[in-house]
Amino acid sequence: MSTAVEVWQWLTDPAHWTGPDGVPIRTAEHLRISITALLVAVVIALPVGIALGRSGRGSFLAFTIGNIGRAVPTFALLFIFASWDPVGVGDLAAILALVLFAIPPLLTNTYIGLREVDVDAKDAAVGLGMTSWQRLWRVELPLAVPLVAAGLRTTTVQVVATASLAAFVGGGGLGRYIVDGFGQQDTVLVVSGVVLIATLCLVTEGVLALLQRAVTSSPLRSGSLVASGSVSEG
Amino acid sequence: MPFLVAAVVDEPPNPWLSWTYVTDHVDALVAAGKEHLLITLASVALAMVVAVPLALLVRRYPGLCGWVLGLGGVLYTIPALALISVLWPMFGLSPLTVTIALAVYALLVVLRNTLVGLDGVPAEAVDAARGMGFGRRRLLLKVELPLALPAILAGVRLATVSTVGLVTIGALVGHGGFGTLILGGFVDNFYHAQIMTATLLTVALAILLEGLLLLLERVLTPWSRIRSTS
Repeated sequence: MSTAVEVWQWLTDPAHWTGPDGVPIRTAEHLRISITALLVAVVIALPVGIALGRSGRGSFLAFTIGNIGRAVPTFALLFIFASWDPVGVGDLAAILALVLFAIPPLLTNTYIGLREVDVDAKDAAVGLGMTSWQRLWRVELPLAVPLVAAGLRTTTVQVVATASLAAFVGGGGLGRYIVDGFGQQDTVLVVSGVVLIATLCLVTEGVLALLQRAVTSSPLRSGSLVASGSVSEG
Repeated sequence: MPFLVAAVVDEPPNPWLSWTYVTDHVDALVAAGKEHLLITLASVALAMVVAVPLALLVRRYPGLCGWVLGLGGVLYTIPALALISVLWPMFGLSPLTVTIALAVYALLVVLRNTLVGLDGVPAEAVDAARGMGFGRRRLLLKVELPLALPAILAGVRLATVSTVGLVTIGALVGHGGFGTLILGGFVDNFYHAQIMTATLLTVALAILLEGLLLLLERVLTPWSRIRSTS
């Protein structure tokens, strides 16, 4: 178990926590790539998912995009973007690949969230004389929040995890330690990278779980199987 | 001096789609496809062999459920790149490293779906079987597992499709099926035709396996066809 000791020494060595190759900078790069990709994906997927889910049309579109999205590996998208002249190697290729990775699950969950809003609640809102806008903001969106938030949470964690691949195409982030470690046949560097990435992913998951609880009104809280099981519908 | 200009500007064409590439590299593509398929099937099979008995164990001792699903959730959060990397010192640059890492992800999907499927078995069916004198083993094999089969198979299908995509990351240890070709094409001066061909074949493999498993679901569970219209 000398590797474990060496990894511990690597992680606790102050030299690895400063400079452009230090853990704080790499973590910041990692988060910047993830958050940028996620924001772009949200700006695209949420409005489209809301519009499709409200109209009740386009279920074919929403599910087709969801299914195709699952079949196209992010790993492949990453290299396609990086070897395409207008994008080139670096963080941008990773961000674009992650945007395409994040859109399908966000779109499907938003679509389902709005689709599943209780018909009686919608009818009552119409009966109260609410306009379409008011119904969306005061009734449909609040009721759709649990599913949309669950989708956002899973997608965010997956984006943070997948952002590790950026290092393959010359991007930054914590994946650098793994890819560089492989390049130098340095097991300690690789395993230290794994520990850092795993920690970041688990912390992200924990923070988002708390956030999700906070934004979901208490009567709508339910078991986690419902939240993550939405995809497994055959 | 016009010849100087020509020497600088002249770049060879680098198309994304090239039939010549395909015909020139049939052997490499077939070899990559074989590896891709083999790693996928081995991972999912390994996951099933562990997941179904584990689901039964968890049902027998419900106290374990939280622990097992919690640990599974933690492992599921860790990216495939990290899991492959951490197994590399133990299993080396081999297909086994990729297979074991990916089996972990498939395991959780199959486990969850098996538990959902077993939970969904109607209590009347269980009561009726007990009333007919079925023992625990016969109840499981003749009533519970068959009724949970659609959910289990759906989990296997879901796990298979995502495993096909994840196999590409095995390129890190030189065993990523089509992923190795994608990485190789990237390193080889952005060889567009190789990257695109390998990508399209990965997607095709995922769609093919999804189709085959859907077909298998229909054949194995003819009774669920009536409900599957939604």
